[in-house]
Amino acid sequence: MTRLIALLLALCCCASAGATESYGLPKIDIGKGGECVKDPKWMRKNHMHLLFEQRDKTVHKGIRDEKLSLKNCIECHASTKDNSVLGRADSFCEGCHRYEAVKIDCFECHSSKRSSAMVQRDH
Amino acid sequence: MSDINVQRRQFLKTSVGAAAVAIAPGMLLFDMAHGKTEAVTGKVRWGMLIDTANCADGCNECVTACNKENGLSGGLSPTDSQWIRKVDLRDKRSGREFSLPMMCQHCENPPCVDVCPTGSSFKRADGIVLVDKHLCIGCRYCMMACPYKARSFVHEPLHDQKPDVPRGKGTVESCTMCVHRVDKGQQPACAEACPNKSILFGNLNDPESDISKKIRSVASIQIRADLGLNTGLRYQGL
Amino acid sequence: MNQMASHSPLRFKNRLYYALLAAGGLIVLLGLYAAHMMETHGHIITGMNNQIVWGAPHVFAIFLIISASGVLNVSSIGSVFNKPAYKARAPLAGLLSIAMLAGGLTVLMLDLGRPERIIVAATHYNITSVFAWNILLYSGMFAAVVVYLWTMMEQRMKAWSKPAGFLVLVWRFILTTGTGVIFSFLVARQAFGTAILPPMFIVISFAWGMAVFHIVQSSIYAWNAKSLDEYVQKRMRNLMGLFVIAALYFVATYHLTNLYFAKQTEFERFILIGGGVYPLLFWAGYILVGNILPLLLIYHPSFGKTGSVIVASILIIFGGFSLLYVLIIGGQAFPLSIFPGFEASSSFGDGAIGLYQPSIPEIMLGVGGVGISFLITAIGIRVLDFVPREIPKSP
Repeated sequence: MTRLIALLLALCCCASAGATESYGLPKIDIGKGGECVKDPKWMRKNHMHLLFEQRDKTVHKGIRDEKLSLKNCIECHASTKDNSVLGRADSFCEGCHRYEAVKIDCFECHSSKRSSAMVQRDH
Repeated sequence: MSDINVQRRQFLKTSVGAAAVAIAPGMLLFDMAHGKTEAVTGKVRWGMLIDTANCADGCNECVTACNKENGLSGGLSPTDSQWIRKVDLRDKRSGREFSLPMMCQHCENPPCVDVCPTGSSFKRADGIVLVDKHLCIGCRYCMMACPYKARSFVHEPLHDQKPDVPRGKGTVESCTMCVHRVDKGQQPACAEACPNKSILFGNLNDPESDISKKIRSVASIQIRADLGLNTGLRYQGL
Repeated sequence: MNQMASHSPLRFKNRLYYALLAAGGLIVLLGLYAAHMMETHGHIITGMNNQIVWGAPHVFAIFLIISASGVLNVSSIGSVFNKPAYKARAPLAGLLSIAMLAGGLTVLMLDLGRPERIIVAATHYNITSVFAWNILLYSGMFAAVVVYLWTMMEQRMKAWSKPAGFLVLVWRFILTTGTGVIFSFLVARQAFGTAILPPMFIVISFAWGMAVFHIVQSSIYAWNAKSLDEYVQKRMRNLMGLFVIAALYFVATYHLTNLYFAKQTEFERFILIGGGVYPLLFWAGYILVGNILPLLLIYHPSFGKTGSVIVASILIIFGGFSLLYVLIIGGQAFPLSIFPGFEASSSFGDGAIGLYQPSIPEIMLGVGGVGISFLITAIGIRVLDFVPREIPKSP
């Protein structure tokens, strides 16, 4: 409950801060970018449905359709500067979610880093 | 008039057919090249046979490999996660001493799945018992119910998780039998890392698999077989 | 001058009431703050760990939930078994039940690792889980008691109060059974996994519920400078004594049967003799303070007055907390028997007694739950007609 209130307050702050800073759409670092599932306009509106469906299929049934996996999304869309979709005002996920004032729940558990970069680091 | 119509239909038919012929193999190839698109089935039941006679005292390779593969800290405090641990055993009557790796036993009738209020604990069709962390509310009832002390609760916020192994604060976790590796046709990290090849991983439902053949020829038991859970892990020489 | 003199005690009482409400509110706020801390830092700030997975919050929550069911005994005796002395007290018992249920459930919910996902418990339902059944049982209990209160307080619905009371009677038996079954279903834990727990919880609930009721009732009477009818006081006091004895019988049976099984003797030795704080709490906390002293205060001819009954009730509640601490936490501290016949040791606490030290935040959360129960009761009594009104002497 306390968390919810804090979240709402935080979102209000974010929203108002965003509104005073710029009136246009946010500038987003799209990483490598490119169109692999559907066009950006459709994806902007519907990506969460794809992710939700794919997550249930993967976790419960072991269907690992690479094209629709979160890991694969991050692989292309993480910034080429810091290999992440989070952390900066123009990061691919965070930038837009800040602008829209929608909390992202994914990255408390999921890695926000490009996995090929992580593999290089580990070896 | 009708002549033109016939011609037009004919043209449409051929062009659609040609397009289909041209695209279909591409679609098929695309599917094959991009991950596993089929659901796991009950034709497979993954299991392990652990040879305790070969498991060396003081050897911790399986634990280290698990920690590395799954991004666990390797900390040993009571609040740290341990998906696999080495247990040292001493027979109270004979005094015989040995050690073995202990982890989720991937039961056929898992108590954790029975008690989970949200269905977050579940068993995959191929016998791997998992926690769907999207549904886990962190009640820890599964930890109370597990007879093997196989589960850990994430007590602190985590950072830098492995891309293939999402983990997070406030949820329960345990050995996944390296499901992300198994789905790629690889072995679990512990089985691969064991220097004495004491962990044999394979399909219990395939009578021709190495594990099935060995289980037929050597004596092995399930831990706490009295509970009737039919575990996927078996131990030899206990 | 005269006016001042007659008004000031009333005004003082009014202020005292608001001061008490504020104190209760502060305790609730502290509890919520503790829950917030637990959520930001994780359960690392509690004493709970991978061996003792349920700790002090669960002791508080289960005490409140069990007592919430037991306190309704007062209404059942009134509505279902037609005892006028109890009938007059049925609304108060209903209010207390709702208050304690709310307090207990709040604690349980806020202790979750992911309390913000509680809605998942409603959208994804595992029918084999007794936890999931209890979600229905607890919410149903709220509804049943509210309906029951309505039938008692609304003149036109009076006719329905007996069937509603019967529904509540049945429902709370199932509810306490469900609470006991949470532990009964733990097949591999030596402390739990026995069918005696649900009936034991039911009988225990009678004793604790009665104790809570006595304290609240005496406070209300003292507040209003009224004295409780001697006949009623004696009956309720003796009934509480009877429940305490019955609860003790169940606890004794639980331990005696365990002592008979060779595989359980190690566990019993731990709980009753060797386990440090757990035997101490069992013998001193539950047996001495929670049973022997209150029974003396209730049945010894030189006691038995209002004052001693209140003290007895407080002692019974203390004994209740002790028993739950021993059962829930002591039951987890004793290691699982994964390899019978072997001595086991590992980095994960195999074969070792689990260590547990309740931390300030988790105790604050538990006490916060009691605070919620207090607030609901105090406000309820003030705004609605819950104070028992004596019906002329019963035969």
